[in-house]
Amino acid sequence: MISLQLRKKRLSRSTGGDLVIFAFLAAGAAFMALPLVYAISNAFKPLNELFIFPPQFFVRHPTLDNFNDMLVLMANSWVPMSRYFFNSTFIVITGMLGNVAAGSMAAYALSKHKFLGQDLMNEVIVLSLMFAPAVVEIPNYLTISYLGWINTYAAVIVPSWAWTLGLYLMKKFIDAMVPDTLIEASRIDGASEFRIYAQIVMPIVKPAWLTLIILVFQQLWGITGGMFIYAEELKTLPYALDQMVQGGIARAGVAAAVTLMMMSVPIIVFVINQSKIVETMGTSGMGGE
Amino acid sequence: MSSVVTNTTKGNPKGVFKERLSQFSERLKQDRVSYAFIAPFGILFFAFTVFPVALSIILSFTYFNMLQWPTWVGWENYIRLFLADDIFLVAVKNTLFFAAITGPFSYVMCFIFAWFINELQPKIRAFMTLLFYAPSISGNAFLIWNIIFSGDTYGYVNGFLVYWGIVDRPIQFLVDPTYMMTIVIIVVLWMSLGTSFLVFIAGLQGISSSLYEAGALDGIRNRWQELWFLTIPAMRGYMMFGAIISITTSFAAAGQLTALTGPTPTDYATWTVMQHLQDYGYIRYEMGYAAAIAVLLFLTMVSMQKLVQRMLNKIGS
Repeated sequence: MISLQLRKKRLSRSTGGDLVIFAFLAAGAAFMALPLVYAISNAFKPLNELFIFPPQFFVRHPTLDNFNDMLVLMANSWVPMSRYFFNSTFIVITGMLGNVAAGSMAAYALSKHKFLGQDLMNEVIVLSLMFAPAVVEIPNYLTISYLGWINTYAAVIVPSWAWTLGLYLMKKFIDAMVPDTLIEASRIDGASEFRIYAQIVMPIVKPAWLTLIILVFQQLWGITGGMFIYAEELKTLPYALDQMVQGGIARAGVAAAVTLMMMSVPIIVFVINQSKIVETMGTSGMGGE
Repeated sequence: MSSVVTNTTKGNPKGVFKERLSQFSERLKQDRVSYAFIAPFGILFFAFTVFPVALSIILSFTYFNMLQWPTWVGWENYIRLFLADDIFLVAVKNTLFFAAITGPFSYVMCFIFAWFINELQPKIRAFMTLLFYAPSISGNAFLIWNIIFSGDTYGYVNGFLVYWGIVDRPIQFLVDPTYMMTIVIIVVLWMSLGTSFLVFIAGLQGISSSLYEAGALDGIRNRWQELWFLTIPAMRGYMMFGAIISITTSFAAAGQLTALTGPTPTDYATWTVMQHLQDYGYIRYEMGYAAAIAVLLFLTMVSMQKLVQRMLNKIGS
């Protein structure tokens, strides 16, 4: 039984309300968790249990065969798996750093500066979130091939630095969390604009960019290179793993193992990241504690 | 200095223009620090978003097959969409239905669960956040629903329905138009506690506790009043952000639907506008036509966003 202990500090809490919240959370949690538990359980099922009637929710004779099969397939791949792994890691890290840096700098200026063209840019950024990316890809292919970036990491990394979502998110948080008076005071103290951005604004909105890191990680992690990268040795891990499960029924066990592996990476990153967010909330005094 | 210039150039249009230009460049120079901050993002944003979007809008008035130079056809693409493309009209109907349910539902779910979870103690809070957020970051894990609703008895739901004798043969959940839309909506809602949910959690934690202490002194009696009078107004910026995410994901849904009900769903029962767009863009290479669909989709989302913005401005004020 999970005990639902609410924060004691605030007085305006009724038991009835607590029960409603508890019921909602429990129902929601079950709906969210069950398919995932099923997916995890499937990864440990031997092939004969994957195709059994009636289907079993939990695994009865757990085995690591699926993972062994996956490792054997990985070891036999034409391009070594470590190369795919490096490609993915490199793309994710550079993409993430660039996106957070470019987005937060622009967000600071849009939120706390006044300059010519500011309103127009704000408007265009919101509008750009609503244009179907599928259509934009064709002109982008032309741009990237004009720049000579086809078949290079740059083709997927550089455009990711200007994903609008990051800027928009950072702007919302800087608007809400950083008081104008603090910026004014720092200017009077003679701090340069870059210093205000790096040493005052960014620490305050740490929860925002930690959140952004998760979102960008998740997007970059899924990148397969698509039409921009066709050299096998530059492809990413998701692409390579996806190729391994294309074998149909015979690879059903491997597919379950691959699914588990692919989902565990973002979840681990999320857990590490989340603990940092909680830490920040505790120490900065900005949280609702 | 500037007033002298104004006097001498009055009535001389060329002089006025020159003066405006110098004022303009003065302003640019004055704002140069701001532009330096914007530049890294701005240049890439222009190259990879603004430019291609503008190009697509122009392309929507052309016939363009990606091999030959585009030819101007005026409004023909748009006329064809509404008068000669029955499948597009089916897609519009499906998308509106799908968006009308998943959009508001996912939005409210994101906010309510974020708000509930925020009331918990830090450790339980972190666990619950992970649990609710996990489906949306699990990549292809949603394909597990393909097994759950599979049309043979190895499917989890069908296996049990047959085993318990409720049905005598498996229900074709992902092929029978009676069930397809419902299943797709369930799966999409399962995955919908994503970006907005996380942003709401971070936003709620950023509200300073002094706001609530002051509220308690001002006579806020229970959590519902607190929500309405304190939390929602403090969250307004994030709520607009969440609304945009909900609008874009619900109107532009395609990938998950293709994965669940296949690239050609029975009777086009789960065919959406976005799938129609991808069909013309990636498979038939009719980029002009695909661009026209994108422009219509864009206009729909923008008008929804304006509507939501108006509603949000009324709430809690």
